[in-house]
Amino acid sequence: MSQPRGISRVLGRGYVGLVLFFLYAPILVMALMSFNASEFYAFPLSFTLDWYRRLWGNAGIVASAWRSLWIAVATTAIATVLGTAAALALFRYEFRGKRLLQALLFPPIAIPWLIIGTAMLIFFFWVGIGRGTPAVILGHVALALPYVIVVVAARLQTFDPQLEEAARSLGAGQWVVTRDVTLPWIASGVVAGALFAFAVSFDQFVVSYFLAQPGDATLPVVIYTAIRKGFTPEINAISTIIIAVSMAVMLAASRFFKFGGER
Amino acid sequence: MAQATSRRDALRAGVLLAPAYLWLTVAVFLPLSAMLFFSFLSAAPFTSANWHVTGLNYAEFLTRSIYPDLLGRSLLLAAIVTLACVLIGYPCAYVLARQVKGRAREALFLLIILPFWSNSLVRIFSWAIVLRGNGIIDHTLGALLPFVSVNLMFSYTAVVIGLVHSYLPYVILTSYLALQAIDESILEAARSLGAPFRTILFRLLLPLSLQGLAAGAVLIFVPVAGSFMEPRILGGKHGIFYGTLIEDQFVATFNWPLGAALSFILLAVVLVILAAASPILKRAR
Repeated sequence: MSQPRGISRVLGRGYVGLVLFFLYAPILVMALMSFNASEFYAFPLSFTLDWYRRLWGNAGIVASAWRSLWIAVATTAIATVLGTAAALALFRYEFRGKRLLQALLFPPIAIPWLIIGTAMLIFFFWVGIGRGTPAVILGHVALALPYVIVVVAARLQTFDPQLEEAARSLGAGQWVVTRDVTLPWIASGVVAGALFAFAVSFDQFVVSYFLAQPGDATLPVVIYTAIRKGFTPEINAISTIIIAVSMAVMLAASRFFKFGGER
Repeated sequence: MAQATSRRDALRAGVLLAPAYLWLTVAVFLPLSAMLFFSFLSAAPFTSANWHVTGLNYAEFLTRSIYPDLLGRSLLLAAIVTLACVLIGYPCAYVLARQVKGRAREALFLLIILPFWSNSLVRIFSWAIVLRGNGIIDHTLGALLPFVSVNLMFSYTAVVIGLVHSYLPYVILTSYLALQAIDESILEAARSLGAPFRTILFRLLLPLSLQGLAAGAVLIFVPVAGSFMEPRILGGKHGIFYGTLIEDQFVATFNWPLGAALSFILLAVVLVILAAASPILKRAR
């Protein structure tokens, strides 16, 4: 290795460090302030857990947190089952219109959530579903489905269809083949897809904002409303908890899904 | 691969596909169609019995200059944020893809895309805490340079910083995937022939990773053009954009047909951008 390339290596790593600082510093500052006693974020910091205690006593926020959590769990369950089934069909069968079906997965990902969210609001009102938790779940599952299908399909790419053929030729029925041959192979993809679905729902703000009933809203919507009234360290505390939960979920997902591709 | 010549296969495929695609139809495709229809109504059918089909909502967009102005303002914001993300993110992707190896690379890469899957609202709020007057930046600067006070909160700059923070991982992710797919021996060949880094960058790296870079840029430009939460929180009175205009129609002034028309105009712009980018996005396939 020649000398100049060694220097560029150090510069390169330093630069990545700067980018990481930019990405994490504000989150760390926010988290730090949730442990600061001053209501006005004043310095110097003096440690307290008061804001977390108060949070626990804030019935509105606690209720919306539980609501967000169970909506995310329901979304994950539905989207994972429907998405895995669809990915299997797209992998196994050749039929007319297959490319169209694959292309139809991109509008929900590519169209800004503002447009999708307002369109859902209009349609759900029109057909009588209106606002509220059922509408939120309908919307969240639709946003999560394409991610599950794409992630499971990526895992299926590594699966050899001859394994299914072999099992069938030994007399296994379609369901047994799926349960004992295909699903074990793609399990890591299904788990990763499920965790993505959870993240899409748990962190979803825009679509929930338009579909949630005021007074019956999910956590991010409650936080948005609170922020617009003024900042309090209580918001820092709940935000810190949310960031910790969603980062933990994605760290778990990373064990099952290589974001950077193989190698 | 099995051929769906038999009816049983066709049936099986249908049973597996129908639930997911029915769901997408009810929750995405029908709503988008309903919104298109809605944008041609004079009033919402469920608020007023007296409604008819009209082109007035679109005419209002054209005749009141504030609407096209705000659309232009949002597109400019999207261009600035996209450019900043590309300039900051591409070199970072290059270092990750070509200089760092093994477990260090995996760990760094994970650290970069971790925030991108965490709550965007919370991350925007974290910038509000950092940027506010008497916040940590103000304090640090004040300690170094007395009598200097900065308050970036509620400014155009704050909106740009928050959005760059939100969307930077996209361009790093897509550029990284494209850059790591480039064969090292091509770069070695260029180096051994004495090509300076500038030549390698503009003649090899950029053209070979253009697809990933363009995908990242589109993934940033489109949502930023429709952003409303970020400008609301960080922009204050400088935070009026096309997205907040649409939000207002649905949650403040309750003019849903106008909101639908404004949303559709944005959707049309998005589709034009996607169509314009598609030759680059498809090229390397």
